[in-house]
Amino acid sequence: MDGSLPQVSWGALLPLLLITGTGLLVLVLDPLMSPERRDRLPVLSLGGVVCAALALVWRRDQSEIVFGGMLAADGFALFFNLLFLLVAGLTLLISIAYIRRTGLEHGEYSALLLFSTLGMMIMASSLDLMTIFLGLETLSISLYILAGFLRDQIRSNEAALKYLLLGAFASGFLLYGIALVYGATGSINLTRVARALALGQVHDPTLLTIGMGLLIVGFGFKVAAVPFHMWAPDVYEGAPTSVTAFMIAGTKAAAFAALLRILMTALPALQPDWSRVLWVLAVATMTVGNVVAIAQTNIKRMLAYSSIAHAGYVLVALVTGTKLGSGAILFYLLAYALMNLGAFAVVVAAARHEDERLTIDDYAGLGLTRPALGAAMAVFMFSLAGVPPTAGFMGKLYVFSAAIQGNYLGLAIIGVANSVISAFYYLRITVVMYMAPGQDAPPADRLSPALVAAILIAAGGTLLLGLFPSGILEVALRSVAALLG
Amino acid sequence: MSELPIVSIVTFLPLVGAALLLCVDRRREAAIKHLAFGVSAVTFLVSLGLYGNFRLDVPGMQFSERALWITWLGAEYHVGVDGISLLLVLLTTFLTAVAILSSYAAVTTAVKEYMVCMLLLETGMLGVFVALDLVLFYVFWEGMLIPMYFLIGIWGGPRRIYATIKFFLYTMAGGVLMLVGIIALYFLSGGRPGGEYTFDLLKLSALDLPFQAQAWLFLAFAVAFAIKVPMFPFHTWLPDAHVEAPTAGSVILAGVLLKMGTYGFLRFALPLFPDATRYFTPLVSWLAIVGILYGALVSMVQPDLKKLVAYSSVSHLGFVMLGIFALTVQGVEGAILQMINHGLSTGALFLLVGMLYERRHTRMIQDFGGLARIVPIFTAAFLIVTLSSIGLPGLNGFVGEFLILVGTFRVNVLYAALATAGIILAAVYMLWMFQRVMFGPVTQDANRGLVDLTAREMAVLAPVLALIVLIGIYPQPFLRTTEASVAQLLARVQERKELRAESHEPRAANWTRHANETGGEGRDGR
Repeated sequence: MDGSLPQVSWGALLPLLLITGTGLLVLVLDPLMSPERRDRLPVLSLGGVVCAALALVWRRDQSEIVFGGMLAADGFALFFNLLFLLVAGLTLLISIAYIRRTGLEHGEYSALLLFSTLGMMIMASSLDLMTIFLGLETLSISLYILAGFLRDQIRSNEAALKYLLLGAFASGFLLYGIALVYGATGSINLTRVARALALGQVHDPTLLTIGMGLLIVGFGFKVAAVPFHMWAPDVYEGAPTSVTAFMIAGTKAAAFAALLRILMTALPALQPDWSRVLWVLAVATMTVGNVVAIAQTNIKRMLAYSSIAHAGYVLVALVTGTKLGSGAILFYLLAYALMNLGAFAVVVAAARHEDERLTIDDYAGLGLTRPALGAAMAVFMFSLAGVPPTAGFMGKLYVFSAAIQGNYLGLAIIGVANSVISAFYYLRITVVMYMAPGQDAPPADRLSPALVAAILIAAGGTLLLGLFPSGILEVALRSVAALLG
Repeated sequence: MSELPIVSIVTFLPLVGAALLLCVDRRREAAIKHLAFGVSAVTFLVSLGLYGNFRLDVPGMQFSERALWITWLGAEYHVGVDGISLLLVLLTTFLTAVAILSSYAAVTTAVKEYMVCMLLLETGMLGVFVALDLVLFYVFWEGMLIPMYFLIGIWGGPRRIYATIKFFLYTMAGGVLMLVGIIALYFLSGGRPGGEYTFDLLKLSALDLPFQAQAWLFLAFAVAFAIKVPMFPFHTWLPDAHVEAPTAGSVILAGVLLKMGTYGFLRFALPLFPDATRYFTPLVSWLAIVGILYGALVSMVQPDLKKLVAYSSVSHLGFVMLGIFALTVQGVEGAILQMINHGLSTGALFLLVGMLYERRHTRMIQDFGGLARIVPIFTAAFLIVTLSSIGLPGLNGFVGEFLILVGTFRVNVLYAALATAGIILAAVYMLWMFQRVMFGPVTQDANRGLVDLTAREMAVLAPVLALIVLIGIYPQPFLRTTEASVAQLLARVQERKELRAESHEPRAANWTRHANETGGEGRDGR
């Protein structure tokens, strides 16, 4: 702002640069490699992800604000960036098996995955509405392409187009909201917006409220909150399975990270307003997601509606606007990412070369014919349903604790009632796997070690977080301290 | 000298066993069965060590273990046993071993998974009985659903899927309300001036909550427990689950799982919400009486043996609830003993019905008749269990029911009178069933070739029958185990009543004294 070039802190930027560099390297190497060796590109990308994670861990104690207050390398960003890298890493592990089977072995696949991870990391690190928007667009544009990556499948094309159109729509809302917030407070920097609010220097409170509303609508689209969820089932069903897993676990977390930072850092003064709006969104999202999920017969579609419902639980914690609520969101998003990625990894593992096997009936007898795979799926399903001793239960415990602490008893009761509804359709998967008569299925494809690793990490994480949740919760609570300043 | 964490050992030994089972090749079915039975038998023996070292004169928790678990929330790994839970722990380890032994022949598919589920279930049930931290308790309470769900759903009867989903959803629906209650209790406790944020049952029991809060929280907990018991009108999952479950599943379900509900009332609802307990006593007692009579009447008309036994559980558990809510020493002690009795006699009934089913693949009463002449040893065992179930003096059922009725009679004659009618009805449906199955002419040719009990089956039944007789003629050791803890529990409920009754007066007295003093000063000044 003062005309001089901002001081660049390379250390803080290192993780972002590593991801960008790996992505570019993959793009360059792709045409140089012979087609049969292209399956090494995801492995290279995985290396980049691991290096970025190490760089983050290396600098975990340094909290700084760089680029003239536009980016923060604080505890909050650290938590989310590690989460995104975990999601990207697991997605890459799943992808190695998936893209070989579907013939998607193009370098662009891994590169785009890395670029969208970069977008997520920027979103969670931003202290500025404009950088948040840039991060979001980096993320979204990469995903528009990835959603349509199965070029010869009409469903994948539909998914890409639908995602693009509605995503553009959401971006419009978001930009409009940013403009109105800027108009009302004279700044797009989150801390300056908060200061303006605290000092009463708001030019037009109505404008600010409308701006806030538009921001919530924009993010509502991205997290697929009801009533902005219409695109989600079609996109999640049509996109390549590995990409769906990435979107469900990663995009949602990134959008919540940005929304959480905006609401808690810039707009805490408006909490009564946004709490009321989010209350309605939370109830609608949980209920619609769960009720509609019951009727699904396609497993990807069912998991899509389930992910809508889970966004509702996160919104419950967001409504409270408390430290415990924010910590609960972080914990929940981690648990949610693990169990969803795990479930999608099983979906990929259960598929065969010639047949994706995506209807729920295709899982008949899986629990007894492939016991390890079935057991892993059962773990993910019980975790999604919130049954102890799994991560999903602990996440819900924290979310509902936050709600009750914040005096939202009604919301907590609606939430737990919803988790009983959700148990019904998650149980159906286990019923089909273990209790329905198995089919005389041809022998399954051998699982690739990468896929096995992804399932093991996800299942292990889901159980560990369920049994020993203490450490992560404390990290989450320490991380949100950066928001509350 | 550090003491052995014996409670944890008992609780998690089956879990270790389940992990070991996973390493055994699934084709070696005999080895899997022996290993599972071995683990459950060792668990039972270790739990006997608890009994041996238990001090009867200590009313509070013994063998307590405590470790931080979820630090920020203050949830702890806190376990221990007292007189109320000790017998239930023993019942669990005993019946699990019996149930595993009984399923040697009955289970033919996925033996490995079956045994893993049984052992996981045992850890879950034991955890429920020893947990003293509400979050820990909840984790065991809900976590235990998963193995039971698979036991009914995979190895159950024709309508097993319907039954198991109904069982799961009913229990979970009750459970999540309790979870809200638990969290609310946590914030109520911590939000008070000088309060502590804790899930520790012992600390929370010392709280003096306002009546309004107690009433709501009592309801949140009570619904969860009432579904599990099951109390009328929350019992509809029970006949389905019992009938469809495999024999061992029914034994565990009736023997242990239902006790988790009544135990929940004793361990949590009563000490945490004493005022609400007294307030809701008439409601609970009437529901218990309705359950006793309704369960008995419905049992009478069942054509299916297993269903008859299932509905009789509704009736028997009504007695237990009535005894608990008599809030007298005899009533509660009788209730605890009756929990054990019901576990033994109904468990044995399910075992016997299961043995019959394995031979004839039917459970319809009309398909039998005249069995006494064909399978005399089976008939003798069946007779003992039947008589135990209807409360014949000299067998275990009598002691429990008698104590419950005495305890109830002291507080409400009408309740006791109505409950006694339930005993008469029990005699009607059990003896009538026995008569139709065992006596009369042999109507079906298929029954003529029935084989009497095998050595393994006798080995399964003998310890149960021995306990049925032992408790019947010498219940003293069992009652003495519970005595001190029950007295302490009731003292807490009653003392709070007195406190509450007095609390208006002393406060009023203070206030008047204060007014007098100031008034006095005023007069002095004048």
